[in-house]
Amino acid sequence: MAEMRRLLVLGGGTAGTMVANKLRLRLGRRQWQITVVDQDDVHVYQPGFLFIPFGTYRPDEVVKPRRRFLRRGVDLVLGEIDRVEPADNAVLLGDGRRLAYDYLVIATGTTPRPDQTPGMLGPQWRRSIFDFYTLEGATALAEALRRFDGGRFVVHIVDTPIKCPVAPLELAFLAEAYFRGRGMRDRVELVYTTPLPGAFTKPICSAELGWMLDQRKIALEADFMVERIDDESKTLVSYDEREIPFDLLVTVPLNMGADFVARSGLGDELNYVPVDKHTFLAKGHDNIFAIGDASNIPTSKAGSVAHFSVEVFADNLLEHIAAAARPPDPAAGPHVHGRQAPARRREGVGHACHRHR
Amino acid sequence: MPVTAIGETQVHVDAEGFLTDYDEWDEQLGGELAAQIGIEMTPAHWRVVRFLRTGYVEQGETATLRRVSMQAGIPVKDLFTLFPKKPAKKMAYVAGLPKPRGCV
Repeated sequence: MAEMRRLLVLGGGTAGTMVANKLRLRLGRRQWQITVVDQDDVHVYQPGFLFIPFGTYRPDEVVKPRRRFLRRGVDLVLGEIDRVEPADNAVLLGDGRRLAYDYLVIATGTTPRPDQTPGMLGPQWRRSIFDFYTLEGATALAEALRRFDGGRFVVHIVDTPIKCPVAPLELAFLAEAYFRGRGMRDRVELVYTTPLPGAFTKPICSAELGWMLDQRKIALEADFMVERIDDESKTLVSYDEREIPFDLLVTVPLNMGADFVARSGLGDELNYVPVDKHTFLAKGHDNIFAIGDASNIPTSKAGSVAHFSVEVFADNLLEHIAAAARPPDPAAGPHVHGRQAPARRREGVGHACHRHR
Repeated sequence: MPVTAIGETQVHVDAEGFLTDYDEWDEQLGGELAAQIGIEMTPAHWRVVRFLRTGYVEQGETATLRRVSMQAGIPVKDLFTLFPKKPAKKMAYVAGLPKPRGCV
């Protein structure tokens, strides 16, 4: 009997779970072992984070065990990933375990990194400075909003790309409605600040939809690249020395891929894996792929995008495996593996990730 | 694509005036593009522009401020001094490259 082959998927979030499940149906169980590695067994429904600050969802409503989403026949290994060793086709875990693979899929997403902006993790962190892209941040913000009795409420983005780019704008609109609902809108000054030239990610949207901010009396501070936060005066300070004071700040910290990606020599300056955007094959490697938020493809970082990607990726990977097994045919010219990933235009898709259940 | 004259040279540009053909650029043109937006080129400016030009060939995209700062070792603060207000956009303009993709 031939030796078992191993498909190893790093990350049991939206992308990794779908990759493992889809391929489990298409790779024979007698020939292929499929393993997902994650640091915990806690799958969070991230789109729900947007609704927690306003009391629409409770924190416990967005958490489920990862295992529950994985198809039978997919193994789940819990552990911190220390590094990938591409030359040895192995992944080393923090506790010393070593997982060998024939094919590796990196799906470890992107994470908000408040440590990357000076002053963000100071004494005001989760007192007057909040994130909402984590369960802890969204939950803490809910409490802060309940206590908030007026002042300057600032929604802020450190840099792009970020997960679900439209979410900060949605948060600003939801906050505006929330303050109105509580009869305190006249006591709140709302400011939306972004490093982009406009509130919307596409110039055409900023031009056509700018009235949505005007109508709600949300002031826009565009082209604002934060350098640091002065936590004593509670002020955002930009590289060009503009200042935005706040009483309550909701920030989207710099988003970065996982640190093990950098340690493994597989990442760019934000720890995203540079891939061929049509096949998701990591540049310079023949058996490592990256999918979902972990890759550097020029699309939004969002579960809906991962979903579209996985549909195509399953076929691509099977074709890639089959091509690797075929003897080379010099007459055939260079191999082109599989179909192209859909170069989808991104407008609007972001909304799909916040649809109410 | 519209064609416009920068100094003596005819070049192809997009709706915002960014060059669309990598090979139509040379350093003399870069200097003229800089002058158009009120920037006088110094060796520090050229270091940034040359990094962007080389990076574009290797990566197929215009480097972001973060990439310039991390890979060329030029602090973001300095980029704001060299190319005031909108450094990412101005650096790309002078280098004859597309704007770096911000958000998608």
